[in-house]
Amino acid sequence: MAGERMTLDTAMKKRLIAAAAETIFAHTEELSELDRAIGDGDHGLNMKRGFEAVLADADNLAGKPLGEMLKGAGTHLVMTIGGASGPLYGSLLLAMGKAAAEPADIPGIARIFAEGVEAVRKRGKSDAGEKTMLEVLLPVSRRLSAAGAEERAADLAAELCTIADQGLESTRPMRATKGRASFLGERSIGHLDPGARSSQLLLHAVCDVLAPQLQTEKAGAA
Amino acid sequence: MTGRVALVIVSHSAEVARGTVDMVRQMVGHEVPIAHSGGNPAGGLGTDVASILAAIKTVWSPKGVAILVDLGGAETNSEMAIEMLPESWRDKVVICNAPIVEGAVMAATEAAGGGTLEQVRATAEELAP
Repeated sequence: MAGERMTLDTAMKKRLIAAAAETIFAHTEELSELDRAIGDGDHGLNMKRGFEAVLADADNLAGKPLGEMLKGAGTHLVMTIGGASGPLYGSLLLAMGKAAAEPADIPGIARIFAEGVEAVRKRGKSDAGEKTMLEVLLPVSRRLSAAGAEERAADLAAELCTIADQGLESTRPMRATKGRASFLGERSIGHLDPGARSSQLLLHAVCDVLAPQLQTEKAGAA
Repeated sequence: MTGRVALVIVSHSAEVARGTVDMVRQMVGHEVPIAHSGGNPAGGLGTDVASILAAIKTVWSPKGVAILVDLGGAETNSEMAIEMLPESWRDKVVICNAPIVEGAVMAATEAAGGGTLEQVRATAEELAP
């Protein structure tokens, strides 16, 4: 029996874009507040500007195949964010776009996501344990890659969200060695990383949209 | 090869970028092509890939382009801009690991003397901590 496969239609892609933008807009001030503690305080506004550009182009992006949509959104983030998170989130989506193929089952989604996370690692010249967005992205990618095609999507999505939450929380006691927060040395300890928070928020938003979709398709195919 | 290595100054602040160019000009006049990019796409503090890309294209020299940056995002966004250049240009554009103002002045002096891209970069990077 085939596993759960997913082809996103235009309406679904629009919901995905809207959900990602909405969570960033709802947490703009919080992201900037986290960044004020250990960085330059612009993460919320930068991400907001980036997702405003993606949202403004949502009709066009949602009409494209998944790979083209991801690359298009990534380019908007690169060109409008104006901080290091532009190339980081941009590279994530550009690499995912290059790897994307439809319809995707869970192992397929895992491969797409792993390519994206690897691009973030390269772009940031960073790895686990450095108090960055990778504390969320890497463990989520590892769990997703270990998932079988037959896993129940809703359960997997819930578990991925929990892993993202734990990854975010793991940044609190860490000492930053990458990015502006590294200038603070020991004083970066005790604060959540703003990039890890935005990654966790986006992951929740994407899972909330995709998990029911995968379930529906399976029910429809049965 | 004729011509000079060109410089691009990328700062989070438009004023720092402009001011750095002024200091370079005072040293080497107009012998070295130099462009700058400062500020985010909304005009605030930050960096802007499109503007960096435009700056590189403005001063493009077949001898190469050396980029001087200030903080992390300036480097990451400059790397992104380099990847968006035509493929045959990419290995002729380097980011110098050097303090932006001192590095720019040293790099410009080397470039004005006819130094290669690698010499210009090495001169700037002598200042790296």
